[in-house]
Amino acid sequence: MTDDVLRIRQPIGVTYTWSAGPGSAAYLRGLTEGKLIAGRCPTCNQVYFPPRNGICPRDGVLLTDDVEIGQAGTITTFCIVNVPFLGQSIEIPYVAASILLDGADLAVQHLIQGCPVDEVHIGMRVHAVWKPESEWQATLASIAHFEPETDPGTGGSDRIDAKATNRA
Amino acid sequence: MTAEAPPTTIAEDGSFTAPFELSYPYSRTVGPTLSRFLTGLQDKRIEGTVGDDGRVFVPPAEFDPNTGVACTQWRTVEATGTVQTWSWQAEPAEQHRTETPFAWALVLLDGADVALLHKVLVTSPAHIATGMRVEVVWAAERHGSILDIAGFSPIDHPRADTTASTTADTSL
Amino acid sequence: MRDIAIVATAQAPSRTATTLTTPELLVPVITDVMARLAPAGVERSDIGFWCHGSCDYLTGQPFSFVAAVDVLGAWPPIIESHVEADGAFALYEAWVKIQTGEVDSAVVFSNGKSTSAPADLVMALQHDPYVEAPLWPTMTATAAMQARACLDAGVVTGAAMADVAVRNRRNAMNNPLALLRGDHTRDELLSSPMIHDPLRSHDCAPITDGANAVVLAAGDLAASWCERPAWIRGIDHRIDTQRMGARDLTVSSSTMIAAERAGVGHGRFDIAELHAPFTHQELLLETALGLDPEVTSINPSGGALCANPQMAAGLARIIEVADRIHDARSDRGLAHATSGPCLQQNLVAVLEGA
Repeated sequence: MTDDVLRIRQPIGVTYTWSAGPGSAAYLRGLTEGKLIAGRCPTCNQVYFPPRNGICPRDGVLLTDDVEIGQAGTITTFCIVNVPFLGQSIEIPYVAASILLDGADLAVQHLIQGCPVDEVHIGMRVHAVWKPESEWQATLASIAHFEPETDPGTGGSDRIDAKATNRA
Repeated sequence: MTAEAPPTTIAEDGSFTAPFELSYPYSRTVGPTLSRFLTGLQDKRIEGTVGDDGRVFVPPAEFDPNTGVACTQWRTVEATGTVQTWSWQAEPAEQHRTETPFAWALVLLDGADVALLHKVLVTSPAHIATGMRVEVVWAAERHGSILDIAGFSPIDHPRADTTASTTADTSL
Repeated sequence: MRDIAIVATAQAPSRTATTLTTPELLVPVITDVMARLAPAGVERSDIGFWCHGSCDYLTGQPFSFVAAVDVLGAWPPIIESHVEADGAFALYEAWVKIQTGEVDSAVVFSNGKSTSAPADLVMALQHDPYVEAPLWPTMTATAAMQARACLDAGVVTGAAMADVAVRNRRNAMNNPLALLRGDHTRDELLSSPMIHDPLRSHDCAPITDGANAVVLAAGDLAASWCERPAWIRGIDHRIDTQRMGARDLTVSSSTMIAAERAGVGHGRFDIAELHAPFTHQELLLETALGLDPEVTSINPSGGALCANPQMAAGLARIIEVADRIHDARSDRGLAHATSGPCLQQNLVAVLEGA
């Protein structure tokens, strides 16, 4: 007699061809060129980075203008990751943060490195640290991480941008 | 955020496109009714349940699809049966776990009243017909899955070995 | 019961392998359908409910329907829902929502992003996950088994199946949104090779990307938003068992029940749009619905056999009937939508101009 079958393994998998769509084209091309390209809504003027399929979720219209935004921004919220998990490629502890880049109205998620994790705080000014140019691809991972601005004179004061708090 | 980006191509409209595989490693609990059926397959035994109207369902129905009444009676059926209808898979996909063309069929096993969806392992559509008599080809390795049945072969066209070389391992 | 009508429609052309994402496919149809109501002064904020039909497995992106909400301009927050099914079933949900009295209007929209992956294989996942799906029975494989059962039983013939393709492709010559169209002869089609014995190429719908939308409104609101609303006089959907072997594949029992419940027998139809992705299924549906092609124009659009964005092709049938009522080409039309393998689930709607 064999053991009773209680479970079956039923893995499913299909290969797709994914298209990111024309609405994300300028954003992705920018990442291969070391530029941060956002989309601006013609109705409400909000600037989206990433550009969310090239559609403004407030107005349901296509983002018509591609605008280059700044490579520095302000941390709007963050968490310190202390938990190891399968596939983890970064040494713990590390910081994942929402960063409102200068010129954008939507925070983007990325890593914070270059300072002890307990020094990271909301309102902290950070800037993009890119991978070597030979590794730039059509992905936000072309930016290795963000780190604190070294020259406080270039990034304005260490505070939350008023816009950031008003967008809730 | 550090995963390697897949190879991308750029379409005429500027869209970035890339291949990717979407897969889920599902593991499903089968419940008591299917447990008995699948356990039987490992031992080359095919069992079905009796519906509210006396019909024998193979694979077993947990509940009669017409009345919703729980099926509690069991019948063991034969590993032989009759092709009710069929179609031809000329170009199997990777998921079909074979590069050899085969037939899909609804097979009414002897002793059952509801047909089983499975494959008939013939080399050409000329070798299968509605009403044809077939028998189970058991997988060499059986793990308690519908794939413990590798398929069916025609009874009138005996095979040298009625145990297939395919295994019932469900990995893709 | 409240009187509910379709008051506006919009459809995108069927295409192969578009690069557009789900939201990008939907932007033009949502924009168009609202533009149709602009003369009546209707704005997005006047819509009570939004309901979407699509399939994440086809798109290849879990929760892809969430991104589609961006298209609606969902600020301030709206009431919306999604069905992992054809838009016709989203329309049913919206119809129920309006019947409850909670809202008076709804936009129903659907999209098929069917060309990202082998859709035939993806649709194998709609089978029983324990004893059928592990075999990966493709959509075409099971339809072909159904076709053979029908051929063996004598309820269809290869010639009649070819005639269905001839008629649909000829009708599609007047439909700029269709992907396949043309003037063919039965013999020409029957001389082509079997692609999935016993099915030939003309027996199978193409795999296409597309999107569409409709606006529903109740009572006086419908009459104020549309000169000649397409009133939904009956709508019902029924389902056959998931177990392939337990069904009689040569009849569509669930269609017959839905038809009776929707009041199909209460008069003649000028037109009928049947969601039959395979030729033999159109013949089964004609029988189940009691339609006479001499009396009723069947699939004047060319049907799903000529334009088949999966998860939108069923709502497209309702739109094709509603459009013909809106412009008074029809007074009473029947629309049918299906889901699942071999016509497993079937929705029937009766639309009238008065």
